[in-house]
Amino acid sequence: MSVFAIVTSAAAAAAEEAQAHAAEASSAGLPQLDPAWWPSQLFWLVITFGFLYWLMSSRFLPAIAGAIEERRDRIADDLDQAGDFKRQAEDAETAYNQALADAKAKAQGIAADTRAEMDDEIATLQAETDAQLAKQVTTAEARIGEMKAAAATKVGEAAAETARAVVETLIDEAPTEEAASRAVTDAATRLRG
Amino acid sequence: MYGFRAAGPMEQFEILPIVDLHLGSINISLTNSALWMLIGTGAIIVFFFAATRRAALIPGRLQSVAEVLYEFVADLVRDTIGPEGRKFFPYVFTLFMWILVSNLFGLFPSFPGIPHALHTFTPTSHLIVTLALAMLTISIVIVYGFYKNGLGFFKLFAPSGLPLWLMPLLVLIEVISFLSRPLSLAIRLFANMFAGHVILKLFAGFVVSLLGAGGAVMLFGIAPFFGAVAVTALEFLVAALQAYVFAVLTCIYLNDAVHAADH
Repeated sequence: MSVFAIVTSAAAAAAEEAQAHAAEASSAGLPQLDPAWWPSQLFWLVITFGFLYWLMSSRFLPAIAGAIEERRDRIADDLDQAGDFKRQAEDAETAYNQALADAKAKAQGIAADTRAEMDDEIATLQAETDAQLAKQVTTAEARIGEMKAAAATKVGEAAAETARAVVETLIDEAPTEEAASRAVTDAATRLRG
Repeated sequence: MYGFRAAGPMEQFEILPIVDLHLGSINISLTNSALWMLIGTGAIIVFFFAATRRAALIPGRLQSVAEVLYEFVADLVRDTIGPEGRKFFPYVFTLFMWILVSNLFGLFPSFPGIPHALHTFTPTSHLIVTLALAMLTISIVIVYGFYKNGLGFFKLFAPSGLPLWLMPLLVLIEVISFLSRPLSLAIRLFANMFAGHVILKLFAGFVVSLLGAGGAVMLFGIAPFFGAVAVTALEFLVAALQAYVFAVLTCIYLNDAVHAADH
């Protein structure tokens, strides 16, 4: 006996059974089409559906709607409040920035003033120092000039003395001081020129 | 005892009385259908009672689910009908929840061995129930349509901006389309639930029949078993989808009633 034969026999058995049921059902008719039970079904439909409608419309749905509405209001309120807080924070930030800018400007003013003051002081000090130094330089220069002149005179005298000594040694005759100094001066003038 | 004998695919739809009740000559017995309407409605009430007991600013788990459902349907109504749809919101929400729970609870397995009358049952698998809900929607559309627009409601059947010679044909088509709305609305939900449960039962029946055959044939019960599992998953999707579709179409029809004169 093949598998195919088993399947066909099983299918035939099932079909037979279904046919038997179908015959049974058709003899009784569809239960849905039996008018005897219609009034009862309609009666209980009206009772259950009507009662449910009454409860829904008068109690359950308003309760749910109320809860949803309340939540919506609360969220809207919270958002408004958050907006207020945000505005306040922004105001505070603006005020802070303003204060910061003011302080910066003031600090810069003070710094500029101080710098100007110090510049003045430095300039005054420098002028004083310069003047003093100039005076010292002038004095020193004057002294140098004097010393130079003195040195030059001394050198001249020494040269004249030396010249006289040299001449005396050479010719055994000493020129006058006047002549020696004139000769030295002439020589110096020639050398310079 | 008949061991592995599967019940027929239609047995699950049988209405079985649990408590006999009569209102005059009208039979209003508590049946398995009524029982599952009560269980479904009761579950919705218990859930929403627990979810809204303490409406908190920060919602708990139940409240979150309730709010998600609320927003889902509220968005649907607002997007489809607009601001005027507000007054229909409780109706659409109740409709959506009632159909959803009815569809879903019918997919739960029954406790093994309990009496047939207590087996899980889908009230929306009965045409009379879905037809009643569809007629309720259409009745609201008609009553509110005339209340809001007066005779302007008839403009619904005469779209503007069309050549006059087309009018008779179009009005006829529009009238037929309007009259077929409650039927299509009712049959769509009923047929989806009915067909889904029949297919589930057929797959399950094959499993039982093949297991009952014994021997190597039992192995062939595996395929319909996984088929039944797959169809069960599909049916959960269909159950939610059909509740949504019913709510969407209700909104679209209500939109016609609100804005009929604007056409």
